[in-house]
Amino acid sequence: MSLLASAPALPLHKAGPYVAAAYIVFVALILVYVAIMAYRLTRTERDLAQLKRDALSRRADAEPERDRETVA
Amino acid sequence: MTSLGATRPIAGGTLTTYGRGLRGLTLATIATITAALTLVFFYAPLDSDQGFVQKIFYIHVPLAIVSLCGFVIGGLLAIAHLRTGDRKWDMRSYVAIHMSLIFSVGGLITGAIWAKASWGHWWVWSDPTLVSYLIVVLLFATYQPLRFSIEDPERQARYASVFAIVAGAFVPLNFIAVRLSQGLVHPRILTLSGGRLPGPMRLTFVISLLGIALLFATLWLYELNAKNTRIQLRRLRRELLGADAVRPLGRSAAPS
Repeated sequence: MSLLASAPALPLHKAGPYVAAAYIVFVALILVYVAIMAYRLTRTERDLAQLKRDALSRRADAEPERDRETVA
Repeated sequence: MTSLGATRPIAGGTLTTYGRGLRGLTLATIATITAALTLVFFYAPLDSDQGFVQKIFYIHVPLAIVSLCGFVIGGLLAIAHLRTGDRKWDMRSYVAIHMSLIFSVGGLITGAIWAKASWGHWWVWSDPTLVSYLIVVLLFATYQPLRFSIEDPERQARYASVFAIVAGAFVPLNFIAVRLSQGLVHPRILTLSGGRLPGPMRLTFVISLLGIALLFATLWLYELNAKNTRIQLRRLRRELLGADAVRPLGRSAAPS
């Protein structure tokens, strides 16, 4: 309690930067988190596109074989 | 479990999704946080003792409370994992603890800034509230290395759940011990008998707390959705192209 009593309220021009810093830390944390999630989402989209390409090329490879079997 | 995510049957199994309700929750979070910030800077009166610097209270305390609740929720979800053996509960527990760690870092930094402005020190080691909160955060900071140290996914999930339950139970015990302690530097603002906050400050605090809690829920669901999508994509690749087409995951702290 003695610590609190010895620390009077800061005037506005001195308290402002502290308050701003606290809220900026909060916003920065959220922004960093969202940026990391956005990067991961991009990676997921890239993997999805790769999967689509792989699936289509596999289907394209399988179709001529099926055609040959039908003719035979 | 429609409140946490929808599980619907599909050919050859079930599919859990977390996207439902995410947009509404996001909008509610944005609205609540905007309202909270408006109340903090344009409605709540200046504190007669601390002045303008007391505005940090409306971000620091909700971050600390929500992070502690998140740790407890992580423990409860881990109980569900051990009871059911379903790995989706491990994933939910993991994400809850992960989010809580991020929020607790926010709580620690904003608290240090407030302490410097108010007490003239970044940290006061003699204050039980500060030190006990740091102990809880450091305890949960070992959760990810614990997971990373176990390669087998089943064992990793089980051991991590046991840890989450024990550490989650430590949070309320720690809180009670701090409340019972004497010689506090930290002021006791919130008490069961009504506390010492005047009406406008109390309303602002409640809205801020609600906003931070909604933010936690939104980000929790968002991360669950992202992780679940990656897992489903991997399974789909294995189903379509065979096991050889899937790269080995390697060691990871995250559930797979």
